[in-house]
Amino acid sequence: MGTDDRINDFAIKIATVNGTGSASANTLLMKSIFRSGIPVMGKNYFPSNIQGLPTWYEIRVSKDGYVARSGKVDIMVCMNAETYARDVREVAAGGYLIYDSTWPRPALLKRDDVTVIGVPLARMCNEHFKGVRTRILMKNICYAGVLAALLDLDLERIRELLAETYAKKPALVDSNMQAIQLGYDYAREHFSCPLPLRVARMDKTGGHIMIDGNTAAALGCVYAGATVAAWYPITPSTSLMDAFKSFADKLRIDPQTGKANFAFIQAEDELAAIGMVLGANWNGARSFTATSGPGVSLMGEFLGLGYYAELPAVLFDVQRVGPSTGMPTRTQQCDLLAAAYASHGDTKHVCLYPANPEECFYMAVQAFDLAERLQTPVLVLLDLDIGMNDWMCRDLKWDDSYQPDRGKVLGKEDLEKIDKFYRYLDKDEDGITYRTFPGVHPKGAYFTRGSGHTQLGTYTEDSAEYQLVLDRLLRKFATAKRHMPKPVIEGTGTAKAAIVSIGSCDGAVHEALDVLKGRGVQLDYMRIRAFPFGEEVEKFLADHEVLYVVEQNRDAQLRSLLTLESRVGKSKLRSLLHYSGLPVSSKFIVDGVLADLGEGRRAVAGVVS
Amino acid sequence: MTFIPKPKISHPSLPRNELGLTRREYEGALSTLCAGCGHDSITAGIIEACWGISIRPENLVKLSGIGCSSKTTAYFVSGGHGFNSVHGRMPSIAMGANAANRELYYIGISGDGDSLSIGLGQFCHAIRRNVNMLYIIENNGVYGLTKGQFSASADIGTKAKKGEVNQQPPIDPVLLAMNLGAGFVARSFSGDKAQLVPLIQAGLKYPGFALIDVLSPCVTFNDHEGSTKSYAFTRENYEPVVEADFVPKQREITTEYPEGEATSVLLHDGSRVVLRKLAADYDPTDAHASYDYVQQHIAQGEYLTGLLHCRPTTATEFHALNRTPDQPLNQLPFSALNPGARQLEKLMARYR
Repeated sequence: MGTDDRINDFAIKIATVNGTGSASANTLLMKSIFRSGIPVMGKNYFPSNIQGLPTWYEIRVSKDGYVARSGKVDIMVCMNAETYARDVREVAAGGYLIYDSTWPRPALLKRDDVTVIGVPLARMCNEHFKGVRTRILMKNICYAGVLAALLDLDLERIRELLAETYAKKPALVDSNMQAIQLGYDYAREHFSCPLPLRVARMDKTGGHIMIDGNTAAALGCVYAGATVAAWYPITPSTSLMDAFKSFADKLRIDPQTGKANFAFIQAEDELAAIGMVLGANWNGARSFTATSGPGVSLMGEFLGLGYYAELPAVLFDVQRVGPSTGMPTRTQQCDLLAAAYASHGDTKHVCLYPANPEECFYMAVQAFDLAERLQTPVLVLLDLDIGMNDWMCRDLKWDDSYQPDRGKVLGKEDLEKIDKFYRYLDKDEDGITYRTFPGVHPKGAYFTRGSGHTQLGTYTEDSAEYQLVLDRLLRKFATAKRHMPKPVIEGTGTAKAAIVSIGSCDGAVHEALDVLKGRGVQLDYMRIRAFPFGEEVEKFLADHEVLYVVEQNRDAQLRSLLTLESRVGKSKLRSLLHYSGLPVSSKFIVDGVLADLGEGRRAVAGVVS
Repeated sequence: MTFIPKPKISHPSLPRNELGLTRREYEGALSTLCAGCGHDSITAGIIEACWGISIRPENLVKLSGIGCSSKTTAYFVSGGHGFNSVHGRMPSIAMGANAANRELYYIGISGDGDSLSIGLGQFCHAIRRNVNMLYIIENNGVYGLTKGQFSASADIGTKAKKGEVNQQPPIDPVLLAMNLGAGFVARSFSGDKAQLVPLIQAGLKYPGFALIDVLSPCVTFNDHEGSTKSYAFTRENYEPVVEADFVPKQREITTEYPEGEATSVLLHDGSRVVLRKLAADYDPTDAHASYDYVQQHIAQGEYLTGLLHCRPTTATEFHALNRTPDQPLNQLPFSALNPGARQLEKLMARYR
């Protein structure tokens, strides 16, 4: 092994045109690395378009198991003439550039500090395959073959993956394998293979899967016993509903009768979708929807009804870049405030913030329990990065002893025993009242309304009666704090400075903490997992002098929420804001912290030297 | 105000239905609408209809949006489950609730503002989905709670209280519903209880989306000279064209209908609607013929009433298309919904 060798620690970026089958080639590469036991990350930066616009895929191979962008590209595969100039600029010094040498490369884009590898991909595919479409598709598979040779990937593993993908079309296995071999052989013949940057078998992916958050969340809904799914298509949440449908079509069809133990309703818009979800939950079925920022805006009025009339609901907000239509296929954490305070009037909502697909699965289940326990809408905030990219995470597990928490529901026997039922009477003094379902018992009848109501459930315009209910809702929110998932706190607990972050930033923060530690900067870390914030959050904020709040939006929404809803002093919170639409990199956080730790501040962070 | 309780006194000799309940037990809170409001007559019709076919009060789900009409769900069957939602969005609540439990009776009360303006989309899509519910539009051509603006059902040339004349064409919920494929489409008049009660009964029993557009004059903002939705105008221009009798399952058809004038549509539970045509050239079971007939008469300034169109649509009812089991989704045991740990373990193979 030479001194320059970097085994299992580099990033590849592939620039292609969307709609040309590059996704298959990229998945093939990533999965073959994963199956070699090496931790890998794959992120897709794609346009809001069906065919013809630039798209990139970034694969990070990380022996240390880092799941975020490093902020650096070591190998660039340029398959898109339109973005060639910018792609060339992005390769790190000492890196590699792979391009299609069928056509001449503009000399002015020459870079002396990178190794250029030209492969006549188009020419080879034109010679070996028939039909325009096939040639385009195979050209992309062909670069996967080139990379296989350069990185020393196992061809057998690639064949095995192709065989699984095309189990029903074996002819495609051969043609795809032929394209792989073309690229592979050309690279072996013309270049010194493998490169110093390459992969070598490890055994760090056992007990792990590659899954996206939308799929994991959908699976969580199936396991939580959700029966009514209502939605309106919107990127990047659509695949969550598609996944639910696909799971339910297999797992929820009664084997005897062929009947569907779920209802799947494509609504006319997001307003109707959340209305259906509220109606179904009101009637005792676990029901959910998935949407993104624009949908949350549209659902605002109904979410207020859910809060005030105390209706359970589960809403997945797969956040995308705003404001307005924004950039629908790019990621951000820009709905933190919109979700927490969705709707007019004094309204606030329980929110959960999963950090990866694994947590999406468990939090989906938890969301239904919380929604029914607290009788209020629960918003689960994913983002496009978690929702649509494949993340390496631990196998999802299920405990068969789990029983859903349906909260305070009075059944037939309960109603039989009581004298009279009052929907909004706080009998247990925890702010949570009892509810009933229609058709169960004559005594269970009540009237649900979004207009002013008394604790007995009747209409009111009386100030005192109105306030009684509104104040009780506040007590319920205080009770909610005790039920929320606790923050994840890491570090020695002795550092004076810390990072506070949320959701998909987690991977980049972890890597940044290690890098900073290597540079003598020791920071503690708290990842917030839910709103309202509980005592653990308060304590961590109080225990640190400087708090770097890392989040992916322009307006420091998490910092705002913390200053509004916790006791922390504003001046302690320093924002590191990433809002380009690409997932935050570890480099961004390291640079941000170091820049802030100028002279004089280093002592605060507990810097050793 | 609705929070004033009604005196709960009922005479022991009041007639009882099959459940042993009197009409009083189908009443609700005291109406707060204006004296003489057409909506109160419809409320009375609903009470009579529900009592008459012995619906268990707790099995009745009463849904509404926002507006004068939407308030009325509080004024009937207080033993039912009411849901007064947000403006124009009642159909989505109804859809969700119905998806969760297909066994209950769903009655949605809406108005022309609630259904034909802000809620037009949801109204149309509830019809497309063929949600099993009775949807009543209490249609007065005017926004009452906000004091007299025209609604989308106001006719061209109709005059507002302050003299403004409407120039925009109306949206007719009956034609719209027929156009969208509804299988039960009726029009009635709040002042014609004899016509209205059997329509409500048939609509509640109809297994699919049933619409009754009820002309219901607004005494405060739209009952003046020059209005096409006043009591006087309605009485003069609305013409019964087909009468509907609701015949419960247990009862024989005893009324004798003249040959060729009556046709009956069988409902899901064995009950029937008998349609008696008052016009010889009209076939209310044919979707296209009904549409043409109603439209032609509107063009002549005549508003036909009665069960204008009725055909079975059981095959396209929401649950039929969704293949939901007979047992309501909200009553399925958790074991039927959760695939279990072993299944999850198997699924993991897909993601390696």
